[in-house]
Amino acid sequence: MSEFASGTLTAKNIHLSFGSNHVLRGIDLHVEKGTTASVIGPSGSGKSTLLRVMNRLIEPAKGDILLDGRSVLKDNPDELRRRIGMVFQQFNLFPHKTVADNVSLALRKLRGMSKEQARSEALAQLDLVGLKHKADARPANLSGGQQQRVAIARALAMKPEVMFFDEATSALDPELVKGVLALMTDLAQGGMTMVVVTHEMGFSRNVSDTVTFMDGGLVVESGSPEQLFTEPRTERLKGFLSDVL
Amino acid sequence: MDLQEILKQLGETFLDWNAMGEVIPKMFAVGLPNTLVLAVTSGIIGTLIGMVLALMGISRNPVARWIARIYTDVLRGLPAVLTILVIGLGFGPIIRQLTGSTSPYPLAVAALALMSGAYIGEIFRSGIQSVDKGQLEATRALGFGYGASMRLVVVPQGIRRVLPALVNQFIALIKDSSLVFVLGVLASEREVFQIGKDLAATSGNLSPYVAAGLFYLVMTIPLTHFVNWLDRRLRTGRPEKKEPDEAAAVVGKGAQA
Repeated sequence: MSEFASGTLTAKNIHLSFGSNHVLRGIDLHVEKGTTASVIGPSGSGKSTLLRVMNRLIEPAKGDILLDGRSVLKDNPDELRRRIGMVFQQFNLFPHKTVADNVSLALRKLRGMSKEQARSEALAQLDLVGLKHKADARPANLSGGQQQRVAIARALAMKPEVMFFDEATSALDPELVKGVLALMTDLAQGGMTMVVVTHEMGFSRNVSDTVTFMDGGLVVESGSPEQLFTEPRTERLKGFLSDVL
Repeated sequence: MDLQEILKQLGETFLDWNAMGEVIPKMFAVGLPNTLVLAVTSGIIGTLIGMVLALMGISRNPVARWIARIYTDVLRGLPAVLTILVIGLGFGPIIRQLTGSTSPYPLAVAALALMSGAYIGEIFRSGIQSVDKGQLEATRALGFGYGASMRLVVVPQGIRRVLPALVNQFIALIKDSSLVFVLGVLASEREVFQIGKDLAATSGNLSPYVAAGLFYLVMTIPLTHFVNWLDRRLRTGRPEKKEPDEAAAVVGKGAQA
């Protein structure tokens, strides 16, 4: 039923320090195959860092990361990242390449596709996000919302088993947020396993299957959106929700 | 001396047409090719040296960073004429023993290349380091290793934005190639400045220098304007190509209103 070859992602007891700054203090996160986990919390709570540890852009000091039940810490980190797509707040498209080349770069260099094959695959991915007609434009000539949709297409082109979204709509103008959230909702409903770090409480509440509230490098509360948004148990979550809602 | 005499004397010193007429064909035939060969070959080699230095300078290996740092500090800190003299005279005997060649010309190219490499290395390094960290992160997130990410995404962007500085460096190299005269190269290997200098010395007249100056200006002024154009182009981007359907959409809206 799923459109995607999704996987189950588990992080166990993740610790990380930058010098004396203990950024992650034993984080557990379990994302069942085909579900969406949103991670909420104040700035500096370690949400974005957690994403980067789970795809090993940053190596954890302690803990384990499992994909489909198997630890990936001994794997080549570059190969792990090919299985996990990531979308950034600042899009991070390659400004010197066309939209189509942004999407096809990894297909050619990492999947070994021919130029034509990679381009037709890239066009198919761009079609999915509604931007096939911009294939030969430069990222700078696209709106923020369009750029973020290209970034999503770029990540999806690698056929990832899990998708990470790091505040994907935070840098967008308000009127552009909706389109990107709609695309993310489509992916979630299509059966992609997703970890979404977000300040969009509406998305977190309505689309995600589980919500994790982090503060100070710890998971303070986690559960269903219903539980966290209607019956927060901790003072910290209550305080956070009253600030953002 | 009245004003007319002063003007006449200045005219004879700087604008002696006979002296110019004698020196200009020689500058075209011998000087200009040599200046261009010196500047272009040392520019190409210097760019390669600079690339290596830049990559060493941003390397995660501290030894590589140190070597690049020391090389750059020394060669940027020395006067060009000193470097050319020391390398040209110092390595001359060794080259002669190894190859039998007595021409200091290759050593002049080497000295200019080593020197410009130090400057170009700094230009490349600053360009590469000015690329947003998100670019490396996004490339690595796709599954590229550090080296491939630098090669495919970060370095090309870094180089692109320092192209104007690179052309400026090439202009400096054209001018610095005039210092090669201190090595006393063969008559057929002399560049624009030295040809002017030779004739100025025999005729006691400065017009050959003026002619040499004109040659340099003809080479450097277009490059300066090219830099300005390149700089503008890189900052504002290529003029955007409007797609026909977008133009049509605008027309359509206008027609409706």
